[in-house]
Amino acid sequence: RINSDGKPAKFQPPPKPVIIDKQKQREERRFLSPEFIPPRGRTDPLKFYIERKDMIQRRKVFNIPEFYVGHILAVTTADPYANEKTNRFVGICIQRGGKGLGATFVLRNVIEDQGVEICYELYSPRIQAIEVLKLEKRLDDNLMYLRDALPEYSTFDMNMKPVSRLEHEEIPVNKLQVRMKPKPWSKRWERPKYNVKGIKFELPEKKMKEAQKWSRPWLEFDMLREYDTSKIEEKIWKEVSEELKK
Amino acid sequence: SITGACGAIQKLTRVRVVDNSSLGNTPYHRPPKCIHVYNKTGVGKVGDTILLAIKGEKKKALIVGHKMPGPTMTPRFDSNNVVLIEDNGNPIGTRIKTPIPYILRQREGEFSKVLAIARNFV
Repeated sequence: RINSDGKPAKFQPPPKPVIIDKQKQREERRFLSPEFIPPRGRTDPLKFYIERKDMIQRRKVFNIPEFYVGHILAVTTADPYANEKTNRFVGICIQRGGKGLGATFVLRNVIEDQGVEICYELYSPRIQAIEVLKLEKRLDDNLMYLRDALPEYSTFDMNMKPVSRLEHEEIPVNKLQVRMKPKPWSKRWERPKYNVKGIKFELPEKKMKEAQKWSRPWLEFDMLREYDTSKIEEKIWKEVSEELKK
Repeated sequence: SITGACGAIQKLTRVRVVDNSSLGNTPYHRPPKCIHVYNKTGVGKVGDTILLAIKGEKKKALIVGHKMPGPTMTPRFDSNNVVLIEDNGNPIGTRIKTPIPYILRQREGEFSKVLAIARNFV
């Protein structure tokens, strides 16, 4: 090879190809639905085992997708009093409650300036389809404060198209700080008991300091309230994944 | 309305009239309040008739949604909604924009005229 000057250029080796071994790098993302984890108590584990078998049976027939609080879902239920016997509702999931077969999730939407919330049971045979329209985790576990927030944060179009998402990627966390309607609110969200991170408090400093009077910092060190679920989760995850693969 | 606590509709609850009747939409210095619930218990749920005091007059109304959570799979509204009705069951307004729960269709015989003017169902 000759340079533009006319002198022979130094030998440059070709760039080495970078091999990304996707098989190894892809860490399996496990998601165990929170209703599988048994609550803390003195009930016989046999009861939870039987419930789990029933839950897995239902999941084999009907696909319940992975979703967290803050996702936008569209649920079609069978309704004898509706046209075409099906009822479709789109909304943001504000809360997931209950354990076992009675697990529920609440969807909220604002239709024609009227806020509507519907509490659905995950394992109810009336539900015909659950579609995840938008995957988005929020800063909190419980979005009940959306009831006192401006209605624009809870409005979602009924005919929203599902947002496409690549698999094996982290679920994005939306760090949205929600603006509230003027006080009074249904609950005093500024108090540390609710531990709300997703609100933009526009209250004076004095009120925020006064709210901290109700903080109980000794609660996190209370040993009697500890409930370590890591080992229980491992066992249940193995059980559930084995059963679902069959 | 300004009530904070969740509860179904009983005497003296402030209600929100949802249809487009003149009686329901003209402003008045007092909000419409419930005076009587036509029920054995004094508590009104979706589909019950109540007596309303609006603008110094007594009018019957039908409850179409309340703030209290009901059975699962039924909608819970952010305000206590009511549709003004005559004694024979005819609605006074001509259109209802706010969503109405499908459960009212169960009693199609009594509420057929109200369901006919409703636009959205939930």
